Amino acid sequence: MIPAAFEYHRPGDLPAALALLQEHGDDARVIAGGHSLIPMMKLRMAEVPHLIDLQAIDALRGITIDGHRITLGAMVTQAEIIAHAGLTTHAPILREAALQIADPQVRAMGTVGGNVANGDPGNDMPGLMQCLNATFHVTGPAGSRDIPAREFYESAYLTAREDDEILTAVSFDAPTGGQAYEKQKRKIGDYATAAAAVILTRLGDRCTAASIAMTNLSDTPIWAEAAGEALVGTACGEDAVIAAITAMQAAIDPSEDNRGPAEFKRHAAGIILARAIARAWSRA
Amino acid sequence: MSKKMQITLTVNGTRHELLAEPRELLIHVLRERLNITGPHIGCETSHCGACTVIMGDRSVKSCTVFAAQADGASITTIEGLGTPDALHPLQEAFREHHGLQCGFCTPGMITRAAQLLKENPDPTEEEVRFGMAGNLCRCTGYQNIVKSVLAAAATINAAKEAAE
Repeated sequence: MIPAAFEYHRPGDLPAALALLQEHGDDARVIAGGHSLIPMMKLRMAEVPHLIDLQAIDALRGITIDGHRITLGAMVTQAEIIAHAGLTTHAPILREAALQIADPQVRAMGTVGGNVANGDPGNDMPGLMQCLNATFHVTGPAGSRDIPAREFYESAYLTAREDDEILTAVSFDAPTGGQAYEKQKRKIGDYATAAAAVILTRLGDRCTAASIAMTNLSDTPIWAEAAGEALVGTACGEDAVIAAITAMQAAIDPSEDNRGPAEFKRHAAGIILARAIARAWSRA
Repeated sequence: MSKKMQITLTVNGTRHELLAEPRELLIHVLRERLNITGPHIGCETSHCGACTVIMGDRSVKSCTVFAAQADGASITTIEGLGTPDALHPLQEAFREHHGLQCGFCTPGMITRAAQLLKENPDPTEEEVRFGMAGNLCRCTGYQNIVKSVLAAAATINAAKEAAE
């Protein structure tokens, strides 16, 4: 399990990292926590002649809560998300999702930036960011730009980020209402067989808004807009939940793998979504 | 072969300067270059946790960290926790409560547990199970590992109270 040889760089700031990316072009990749990239390099499914480690760039760190806007630096780890009291108060769904990612050691290294930028459909944060309607901030040689999370994912491992850009942060409005992240996995450390992120608001016994996103059920995360709409105006009773599941199942496109055949995943997705809606509703 | 780089690692309080290829994994540098063989190689795919060490203030799987990434870091392995004459409370508890059978996973278990108890000095059984979920054991069925960690927490906390 030895990866191909590479040269290691540890730039101290963002301009230096961008300059290295420019200089080495396709031969370079940035590494955050490395818990997606290093396994791929060890299997020699990824060959990276120039590895640019972002760990020394302070500008990529930190969690800020400014009024209703929450910003996570790309290098914020899953463990930091879990331990952050402000996030637990203002966006509990984030902690709930992070706790279901991998295991403690992996969460100590794995970052939110790596999780969303890698484009692996198995990663949990991309789906959650669809649900939150987050914005991804990237910087390249031409400057910085914002990309809506819902427009970021093109297909597996293909995203709207250009190769010479670095994802620096994600931001989103603190969600209001009830929230739940529900994940079915075979064992600790596995990717989801199906996972659902649900945020909904409730006025009396009526749902007034709902956002639903699904993980690992297509080659990109899926924001199931119609599934959310199916809940609005209802009391999230059985018929509404079935309508939401039906709408969600029309939006996903699971493929068979060692977690089961496509039809099984479709079924599991329905169960998981029903649980997530029930929990979000009970918290709304 | 890529050129070697100078790497500084402080392992169990001792500073080491060495030349390594950037692609070398931390576990290989520890075991093969520094002869620190407490951390084991189990799966080498970041699943089993046998290679767990403490880097700075976090538990990491040293099979999934390049030595180059660890350059400048302080690392604690099982060798840094206790000695045969003065066992760490976790080592004592694993012995007392039969927290190991073949022993292969044990250095990773104890190193992880040491960091867990720093983060959460008085965990519930559920918190121990959740906090140790990155370490696999194929012998014990985990019951006695969990018992050992809880017992060690009680010992450490009692010693702390007595000292105050």
